[in-house]
Amino acid sequence: MFIGAIDCEPLQLRRVGLENSQSLDVYRKNGGYEAIKKVLDGMSPDDVIGEVKKSALRGRGGAGFPTGMKWSFVPKDSPKPKYVVCNADESEPGTFKDRYLMERDPHMLIEGMLIAAYALGARSNYIYTRGEYRYLIEIMDRALAEAREAGLLGEKILGSKFSCDIYTHTGAGAYICGEETALLSSLEGLRGHPRMKPPFPAVSGLYQSPTVVNNVETLTAVPDIIKMGGEAYQKLGTEKSGGTKLWSVSGHVNRPGVFELPMGYDDMEKFIMEDCQGIANGRQLKAVIPGGSSVYIMPAGDVIGKDVRMDYEGLVAAGSMVGSGGFIVMDDTVDVFESTKNLIEFYKHESCGWCTPCREGTDWLVKIFRRIANGEGRPEDAQLILDLCDNIEGKSFCPLGDAAAWPIQSAIKKFPEDFKKHLLPLTQGEAVTV
Amino acid sequence: MSQQFTPNNPLPQEAKVPGEIAVFSPEVEAEIDRHLAKYPVKRSAILPLMFIVQRERGGYLDPLGVAYLADRLGVRITDIWEVATFYSMINTEPVGKYHIQICKTLSCKIMGEPKITEHVCSRLGIRPGETTPDGRFTVSLVECLGSCGTAPMFQLGFDYHENLTTEKVDEILDRCERDEYVFQHGRKDEL
Repeated sequence: MFIGAIDCEPLQLRRVGLENSQSLDVYRKNGGYEAIKKVLDGMSPDDVIGEVKKSALRGRGGAGFPTGMKWSFVPKDSPKPKYVVCNADESEPGTFKDRYLMERDPHMLIEGMLIAAYALGARSNYIYTRGEYRYLIEIMDRALAEAREAGLLGEKILGSKFSCDIYTHTGAGAYICGEETALLSSLEGLRGHPRMKPPFPAVSGLYQSPTVVNNVETLTAVPDIIKMGGEAYQKLGTEKSGGTKLWSVSGHVNRPGVFELPMGYDDMEKFIMEDCQGIANGRQLKAVIPGGSSVYIMPAGDVIGKDVRMDYEGLVAAGSMVGSGGFIVMDDTVDVFESTKNLIEFYKHESCGWCTPCREGTDWLVKIFRRIANGEGRPEDAQLILDLCDNIEGKSFCPLGDAAAWPIQSAIKKFPEDFKKHLLPLTQGEAVTV
Repeated sequence: MSQQFTPNNPLPQEAKVPGEIAVFSPEVEAEIDRHLAKYPVKRSAILPLMFIVQRERGGYLDPLGVAYLADRLGVRITDIWEVATFYSMINTEPVGKYHIQICKTLSCKIMGEPKITEHVCSRLGIRPGETTPDGRFTVSLVECLGSCGTAPMFQLGFDYHENLTTEKVDEILDRCERDEYVFQHGRKDEL
């Protein structure tokens, strides 16, 4: 598997190839902990937030919300303790970038969290890691112990007045806990149900205190923003999508991996055919899911020869989204009905059961998809599925419902043939087996 | 034999009897204390503690382990069940020592998961969701584990095994059958 940068100097992946890249020593020898030093040497919390705003960094977990703005929502005059929580509950199908960031460069995350904690005035901070990534929790615990030993965590960091601690926390297998309010419920020891917004976590989050929840990749971008300045970081990308972005590439390509690209990389076709070295086994490209399983599927015709720009605006214009950057490539052997069935089974399993549209809707969708897969598809099923999606989209308590509806809606729209062949009455066509 | 929790049989009687509670070694108690010390609210430690109790009580939350958690966290037994039944990694029934969790989500699916599942199941003589009669192996099909670029894969205990081929699967299962498989992660807390 490839891990590296294309068309830019590696920022987030700068150290991943170094021997012993997990160690404090290697991190420090390669520019590590210089940003927190710069911060403590004379930047105010507002200066830090200002640089992050200028950087045009947008949340890398999937929603793409401007990070600096999120930080600025935390009320400074609140007497309550404040918290920075790192969302390392990476579980969007197709996404595995945070895993390699933590595995190869844990101190970069610690430094990013320290800077965020300084900017927001947070004393205790948590890294919520999905339970299956136990080995990463072990790596993070070792790195945190090393940092504590070196005076980079705990009381009076690097001789300053700033004191801060970071703890690891484990999830236990629930996709919904990647949604920030559900994550906070889980961190409080409850079932991982999402909460009503507003109040937003910035005002009332963990233990009803002001809380910022940021993705791993978002926080690991922060040290570079401080070192090079927000403006320089933004210029690596585009005006509204600053910096670089990690893309987790999987599926039928010759070279899968984690690719760091500048935001606004100009051509998705070139990315697939050259950087990922084309479609495996000499087959043809059929479809791409560019931003994790929740985004709209793109047929090859929307990619080939279309100069699709890889940033937030470019992908929306091309009919999809950046999402988490989980880039799943499918060749012409894939039946999009079946790939969609696979995803709706995922959403049904992961729906937390809190709200009716999502809980019942995903359950009914799975029942219908299974019936069709058993050769009992009816011509009216496509419309039935779309009606169900319509009753979920925008009507569920949290975005999981939308995330379940979007891939189905786009699959039916973009690949009607793959659905039609399953929906013929048995008397007219051959029975389709799965 | 303790009565088992099932959704239709929610509260095992034994767990309500005062005094019947799991007992752990001083090392495990110290490990639990270290987790509790991280949070201003004890209940926040519920998931890390469940993993420890599960590890120490034969791979699942038995009634005595549940009673211990309720007591240690100062919550009701129903609070423990409420949380335990939400999270797929918390077992409320015994699982095999070798719990093979095969990722079945899209990237793994299109990169050869069905072949791996077929191979594992036919070799062990069970279907996904089942445990071998000797209780040593459990096979589950699970959702995305974040190994999409190294598909297909399964997790054995907490260990990731990626880029699987049938030969690799055989080599791993051989070691398990000879009881020579050494778990790399999650068997002890390193904090």
